[in-house]
Amino acid sequence: MKPRVAMFAFTCCEGCGLAVIECENELLDVLNLIDLVEWREGLSEKAEEYDIALVEGSISTHADEKKIKEIREKAKVLVAIGACATTGGLNALKNRYGMHEVKQMVYGKAGEQFDTIPARPLRAVVPVDLELHGCPIDRTEFLRVVRDVALGKTPKLPDYPLCVECKKKENVCVFFRGMTCMGPVVRAGCGAICPTFGDGCEGCRGLVSNPNENAHKETLAEHGLTVTEVLQHFDMFNSYTEDHLA
Amino acid sequence: MKDVKINVHDITRVEGHGNIVLDVQAGEIKELKLEISESPRFYEAFLLGRKWYEAAHITCRICGICSIGHTSASLQAMENALGVEISEQTLLLRKLAFAGETLQSHYLHAFYLVAPDLLGVPSVLPLVKTHPDVVKMALRLKRLANDICCTVAGRHIHPCAMKVKAFPKVPKAEDLLALKQRLLDSVPDLHSTVDLLKTLQLPAFEREMEFVALHHPDEYALYRGAVIRSTVNGDTPIPDYKQQVREKVVPHSHAKHVSSATGPYMVGALARFNINYDQLRPESKEVAEALGLQPVCYNPYMNTIAQVVECVECTLDGVEFIDRLVDMGLHDEDMTVEVKAGRGVGASDVPRGTLFHEYAVDDEGTIVDCNLIIPTGQNLNNIEHDMHALVPQIMDKTEEEIALHLEMLVRAYDPCISCATHLLKVEFV
Repeated sequence: MKPRVAMFAFTCCEGCGLAVIECENELLDVLNLIDLVEWREGLSEKAEEYDIALVEGSISTHADEKKIKEIREKAKVLVAIGACATTGGLNALKNRYGMHEVKQMVYGKAGEQFDTIPARPLRAVVPVDLELHGCPIDRTEFLRVVRDVALGKTPKLPDYPLCVECKKKENVCVFFRGMTCMGPVVRAGCGAICPTFGDGCEGCRGLVSNPNENAHKETLAEHGLTVTEVLQHFDMFNSYTEDHLA
Repeated sequence: MKDVKINVHDITRVEGHGNIVLDVQAGEIKELKLEISESPRFYEAFLLGRKWYEAAHITCRICGICSIGHTSASLQAMENALGVEISEQTLLLRKLAFAGETLQSHYLHAFYLVAPDLLGVPSVLPLVKTHPDVVKMALRLKRLANDICCTVAGRHIHPCAMKVKAFPKVPKAEDLLALKQRLLDSVPDLHSTVDLLKTLQLPAFEREMEFVALHHPDEYALYRGAVIRSTVNGDTPIPDYKQQVREKVVPHSHAKHVSSATGPYMVGALARFNINYDQLRPESKEVAEALGLQPVCYNPYMNTIAQVVECVECTLDGVEFIDRLVDMGLHDEDMTVEVKAGRGVGASDVPRGTLFHEYAVDDEGTIVDCNLIIPTGQNLNNIEHDMHALVPQIMDKTEEEIALHLEMLVRAYDPCISCATHLLKVEFV
């Protein structure tokens, strides 16, 4: 029997679910390998049972929290897709404010009615079996994981810095173009798409598990940049910390 | 006189989370609303304290579907705030990426979200077996639209190469010419789409309403406009958008409701078609006529047809933009920006309607104030008014049919609910 796959979205732009559907050239092949049984954004079908849950978005309301626990109970395999689900992503930027303050800032007095709690990645709430990083996820990487799972292999995701992929592309280093880049410490897997299109890496895939921070600091110093300057840029996707739970 | 109770929780085949609630007792509507239950995300709070060069990369993440649209409005707002002028090349590249995104968004809506209702199936999945040629055509058209975005901007969802002032990497002429050929080759697919739509029946429903869209004297306004045009309230300069767009918080919605000075209004493809019809290409007008769409059309279900007309327009626009870019000769551009304090508004007519971004920055380029007005936020109030007009007309149908008609109405507007739940400061009215 083909594995039954359901896709769910929490607090996010729903772009990672869309990235899956944007595998247009391969979509019919993917649908031969799996049964897509639920995806609110694109299908009206609903499923009581499924094997694999692909979940995008951060957990940022009490309702989100309840629902992800239900999904965890039903799914044999829970895959977090995209920065909101794996690092907390941009959503965690609101955590630097108090929740009362943030509601006032955006909605004024009427904001009090809204249920909002500090934004968290999925693994801060439930055990997660696999994390696909990126804002958005990378189509090619997603397809590689689908293929590995179909073949019964454990998908192996890169845990080396982005610079490796960027060098393979023979890009001119963005530091030499006067820009900042998180490439030396950020996890690869996107094919260094931002530097390839002339922009510095903003770290949407999170840090490698063993980042060489000193080497990165030296690179920054060589190019007249300070760690503080770069850190602010880095916290765009990586501002979530466990302190936010307090 | 009958009772009807409908509660559609999490309307499917729309972007984001919303519910329809209808309570009819003895033939009288007691309650009828479109609830927006999407988690609020507080983008306006994220933006404060961030740098001028981060605004487009942060706000594009409001929406996966119209990421290039948000980028376009954001860049125009920031360039207006900083007093930055862009070159003809940058303008054409942005318009080309914008046409690519409009195509992908409209194809997604017409084929994946609306067509299943018209063919009586719950989604596009059963069509893989019953209508394989249509599904393959939809995939082909959507792939082309995404490839345009990828070639110009790096990717469609959250573009890398769209920055303040210029593109840090300019596409190669040969890659653009390959896209041009594919655009020309897609014309027969567009005709097949029109032939398919001719065989399908959209609900007949009309309600006289106000339409609002950007207008530009030289072009069918999409990426940019010169003024905001309303069919009821006339023209408003873009920096004065708050005169046209009046927001308020309503208890059942995480998205604020919007009215003009006179009431609810509609934005999106149908509004653009009604307002800027004269500026469409003859080929687009022919398709409109073939599909029975004439201005002024007051049937919101026809929004999908207006989107298909815009697909013809954007396909031919794409060909024209590529020709002009290649003729001019593509070249790298200076990205230097002089940072100074200022305030600016930017507007684009994105797939779902008119989008406004406004930023104020201090003399170090740090964002100190911002406001974002989202198309779906503007449409929600109008959808509720449509629902109130529609329900009495379809009361004799079964609850299931009434629910389907209401869901189809919501879907016709192609709402983007994640987008609509990032609203800014409240002005109490």
